Amino acid sequence: MLTLTSPVETWAHRLPAGAKLAALAVATTSLFAMDTPLTLASALGATLVLILTGGPGFALAGLRLLRPLWPFIVIVGLWHLWIRDPSGGAVILMRMVTAVGLANFVTMTTRLSDMLAVIERLARPLAHVGLSPRKLAIAFALVIRFIPVMLDRLEQIGASWRARSPRRPRWRVLVPATLAALDDADRTAEALRARGGAG
Amino acid sequence: MERNLTHIALFAALIAVLGLIPKIDLAAGVPITAQSLGIMLCGTVLGAKRGALAVLLFLALVAAGLPLLSGGRGGIGVFASPSVGFLVGFPFAAFVAGWVMERTTLSPAVAATAASVIGGIGVLYVFGIVGMSVMLDKTLPEAAFLAGAFLPGDAVKAVIAGLVTQSLSRMRPASLLSRA
Repeated sequence: MLTLTSPVETWAHRLPAGAKLAALAVATTSLFAMDTPLTLASALGATLVLILTGGPGFALAGLRLLRPLWPFIVIVGLWHLWIRDPSGGAVILMRMVTAVGLANFVTMTTRLSDMLAVIERLARPLAHVGLSPRKLAIAFALVIRFIPVMLDRLEQIGASWRARSPRRPRWRVLVPATLAALDDADRTAEALRARGGAG
Repeated sequence: MERNLTHIALFAALIAVLGLIPKIDLAAGVPITAQSLGIMLCGTVLGAKRGALAVLLFLALVAAGLPLLSGGRGGIGVFASPSVGFLVGFPFAAFVAGWVMERTTLSPAVAATAASVIGGIGVLYVFGIVGMSVMLDKTLPEAAFLAGAFLPGDAVKAVIAGLVTQSLSRMRPASLLSRA
């Protein structure tokens, strides 16, 4: 499965994931403390420069990741033009784009395995309440492994539906898909137990 | 023990898969993604605790950089976007849906639809609306107006969650862990 990590190696790929996340937390917090168009515009500019340091291919991918924000930009933009408060709207939108852009930069420059290692490290105190790091690692692996399996099966269920019926399958395919997930869960549990359990 | 773990993991995968199937396939003409349907099903099928844990596992993988949210979104950026409230609300929605399912003795169809409406719409929207109002600096009524656009789709999904849960309980009563 594809991750959002950029295949274009940048200087930021070499930084440790924990440090990048800590810096992101600080940067995002200070973004929410800024409230003038000028400071936010410079923050946005700095973020764009940061993304551009990865080269044109990297920067394009970074901009593409911002695309889901467009409905908010349109709605908030129109709203603030309507109430004649363009600078207020600019503050909100620049803060939003900067915060998401920075976070995307961290995601794009950090490998999935490094990110999961950080999550596992952060979750270590939870071992006291029964969530051992081993269990968490198994859970991550199971989800990643089963997503393509379940996609394939949904495809098959849809195909066999179409072989039987001229109508479109719609929600009914979800019943066998969910049942299959429950069956897989039972069998995987048995397989895990046979191999020494989840610990 | 292992069964809990694998159920949580497989339903986390189910949420992801439901977010990847094309929008239009679910109900006639209504362009809705099935992702929040997956959240509802986690609650109504797995029950409160396991349902919420499945959603948390899914969100952890999204945050780690897998593009599993509907529309291929993912990464830490989605937690900085205006829709962050909905993401934060997901595990609570599944928990409440599961809790309602566990506490009632109504028929699975009615109970699961009600649980999905209360958890998957009521609880989820409280989080989502507060999130949008904070991130976009809008009043709560203004944010609620924006969220209202998703209401028809989510109502359809609550009914579908009820129907799927009912079919499961008929085909295999033991599969409803929320009622076990």
